[in-house]
Amino acid sequence: MAKLDSKIPSGPLADKWQQHKTQIKLVNPANKRKYEIIVVGAGLAGSSAAATLAELGYRVKSFVFHDSPRRAHSIAAQGGINGAKNYQNDGDSVHRLFYDTLKGGDYRAREANVHRLAEVSTNIIDQCAAQGVPFAREYSGHLANRSFGGAQVSRTFYARGQTGQQLLLGAYSALSRMVGQGGVELHPNSEMLDLVIVDGHAKGVIVRDLNTGAITRHSADAVILATGGYGNVFNLSTYARQSNATAIWRAYKRGACMANPCYTQIHPTCIPVSGDYQSKLTLMSESLRNDGRIWVPKNKADVKKEPSAIAESDRDYYLERIYPSFGNLAPRDVSSRAAMRMCDEGRGVGETGLGVYLDFADAIKRLGEPAVRERYGNLFDIYHEITAENAYQAPMRIFPAVHYTMGGLWVDYNLMSNVPGLFVLGEANFSDHGANRLGASALMQGLADGYFVIPYTIGDYLAQQKPSARSNVDRPEFKQAAESVSAQTKQLLNNPGKEPVSHFHKRLGKIMWEHCGMARTKQGLETALQKIPALREEFVANVKVPGSAETLNQSLEQAGRVGDFLDLGELMCRDALTREESCGGHFREEYQYPDGECKRDDEKFGHVAAWEYQGPGQAPLRNVEPLNYEFTKMSVRSYK
Amino acid sequence: MVASTPSKKLFSVTLRVWRQANPDQPGKFVDYPAHNVSPDMSFLELLDVVNDGLTVSNAEPIAFAHDCREGICGTCSCTINGKPHGPGKGVATCQVYMRSFQAGDVIVVEPFRATAFPIIKDLVTERSAFDKIQQAGGFISARTGAAPDANSILVSKADADLAMDAAACIGCGACVAACKNASAMLFVAAKVSHLGLMPQGQPERDRRVLAMVQTMDEAGFGNCTNQYECSAVCPKNITHDFIARLNRDYVGALFRSKLQPVSTSAGGGA
Repeated sequence: MAKLDSKIPSGPLADKWQQHKTQIKLVNPANKRKYEIIVVGAGLAGSSAAATLAELGYRVKSFVFHDSPRRAHSIAAQGGINGAKNYQNDGDSVHRLFYDTLKGGDYRAREANVHRLAEVSTNIIDQCAAQGVPFAREYSGHLANRSFGGAQVSRTFYARGQTGQQLLLGAYSALSRMVGQGGVELHPNSEMLDLVIVDGHAKGVIVRDLNTGAITRHSADAVILATGGYGNVFNLSTYARQSNATAIWRAYKRGACMANPCYTQIHPTCIPVSGDYQSKLTLMSESLRNDGRIWVPKNKADVKKEPSAIAESDRDYYLERIYPSFGNLAPRDVSSRAAMRMCDEGRGVGETGLGVYLDFADAIKRLGEPAVRERYGNLFDIYHEITAENAYQAPMRIFPAVHYTMGGLWVDYNLMSNVPGLFVLGEANFSDHGANRLGASALMQGLADGYFVIPYTIGDYLAQQKPSARSNVDRPEFKQAAESVSAQTKQLLNNPGKEPVSHFHKRLGKIMWEHCGMARTKQGLETALQKIPALREEFVANVKVPGSAETLNQSLEQAGRVGDFLDLGELMCRDALTREESCGGHFREEYQYPDGECKRDDEKFGHVAAWEYQGPGQAPLRNVEPLNYEFTKMSVRSYK
Repeated sequence: MVASTPSKKLFSVTLRVWRQANPDQPGKFVDYPAHNVSPDMSFLELLDVVNDGLTVSNAEPIAFAHDCREGICGTCSCTINGKPHGPGKGVATCQVYMRSFQAGDVIVVEPFRATAFPIIKDLVTERSAFDKIQQAGGFISARTGAAPDANSILVSKADADLAMDAAACIGCGACVAACKNASAMLFVAAKVSHLGLMPQGQPERDRRVLAMVQTMDEAGFGNCTNQYECSAVCPKNITHDFIARLNRDYVGALFRSKLQPVSTSAGGGA
């Protein structure tokens, strides 16, 4: 049984992080250069961590499967980043951001982690502005803000509809600077395929060069995974096509616990699916809900009519109706489920009936088209490219899609997993968003972990490791891991199968969406737990992977990732089945209030479930970390 | 999540694709017929479908670079019918939809071609030269933790907006592929302009432009001869006006460096 010590410091909530920073061990500057740190992934969390650790003097090796760190999927985040600056003088504060985030997560995150996140949010904005991130400005030259879901203040900073891109390019520039100075050794086109454990500590990784197929071993004094989320288990999602769970899943198989894997976020505003060939769902930023109004026809008979032919009195602005105090800015999980209920009632729009309107007519009347174009022009352009429709003239059609995973590898307050020396940052960990993440908080968490948490907390671990006592990559642990990676590759390539990888990925996605998506039931999850192992058996017997191991082979890459998704999908269903309550993004139909809202069971499930691998074919072990709320009352989450 | 396919008219096209097994072997065009093409399908989704067909028939799929499939990561990089990123205006390859083509079209698909972007396989090229240019100076040295309050640095809205226009660059390399000289001037101009327009970027302005241009030249990119093919294909519509800004910055920095030497090595020591 894994030992799960959250290591939350004692003392008043607002003092914990400050106290902790003064009490944890330090590595002196001359010793820092003796330590090597591996950072896997180069999105916001990975790039910011690698750059900052190198600035401190550590020797950093950065591995990324993309051809450049600038391509990591943080780049695609659109809307913004939260920061408790209170520049708008609208009553914001660190405490309010803390409380909104904790409540937004349906009281399933740790108080201390969330408070720290809110505290450092202000430093992040300062840091990014200093790097030259071209945030939106007022005419006065001050930073501009907008509102996001789940908050009643304007605390979101943004750079048009490309905030993730600009923040990532900021972190990438900091990383590039350290690569140029020799502080970071950059390994692009390099996919981590195993974690190496020596004497119980994470001491290295096995990597495949995606262009040459070479499998190499790398040792270090600590390993950081910042490899993002696992939403591509669903096949169709807003994730990039290559986003995968392989790094965290292989770490799980080496003993790191996987926490709350069933907590997935379904984003309410995405462009609906158009056909079977579809590879990707495109997000329309939540920021659109600042000015767009969501509606469906009141009468089923109207769903096939042109929206302009439906009278104002025949429209149901259902978010404004059901949640008057938050309206169109109700949190993501709440808004997604409301959209699903409208479609289930037969009031969904578009050719498939799986869509609702997001209408800008009022905003255009109020602000004029040029102002709307300035705020959201690039999003309207994306919508037009994909659908060939003009959203200035007719409302957008939107539908929920998988967007983010709150679950991830378990970490303590120092962001270290239960495997000593293995740290996990950003979306890859489970720590700050509970059962639902608020908009504009992913960028905040990624950069908080990378710029402002890990640079302190990793020192506490390294100070207890002898400098320059790194393992030799000739040790049997490295050899065994590298050989097992080569054997897996060989097995996939030699498989006498007939079906392409995509075939299995699509089928897994359908099972997951149907049974472990927006609404889950005991019966559905049990069905999925039968179907997924059967699909995995079929995958092993019948997947076809053409080409060789010694060149760029995208089918081989995809086969390895989908193999991991099959395992992870099963664990997600298992976790969802065991959690007999509804909370945030985890909605079990059996546990709801008469109005359809989530019914939590704090007594039985006010805890983190951290799953521990027990070997192939064995049921994993469910460890529990109780969530002790010292300062906040776990109350019923209401946005009405 | 999969909906029934809407009743739009399906059609057939032929893909004429550049196949090249590795950097050292000569490549050639190979024709692949594609049927039942929906106008709502993206061009890359069509490649997915063709690749599944190749896999099932024991052939090797076409290697092509792609990731986010929403026009922001800059990974996708096909020259379609002679134009980097294909027929659209202000879009990346992944944002090209089959409604841009007609039934019976022969669609020629090549990698981005430039000396500085060697071919790895089929349609995939090596573009790390861009990263090297960034590493030489594409940054503002701001150590983590040393930043002043964000609102203590005022930036006029006009400057911030113009900087953002330049910063929108996705680093795809279409500008290089479109240029007869394979020049990277638009790429470098975008970064130099973005940082040079911000007050935070002033202290390193001269060193930045000298170092980035020097690295660009060393990487094998050609010079700009003002044909503006680059901005015509840029998926983010970045204007060549920024090249004028780059030239102005470069000349100024060069003069000043003669008067008072400027080190081009990246500074700020860790």
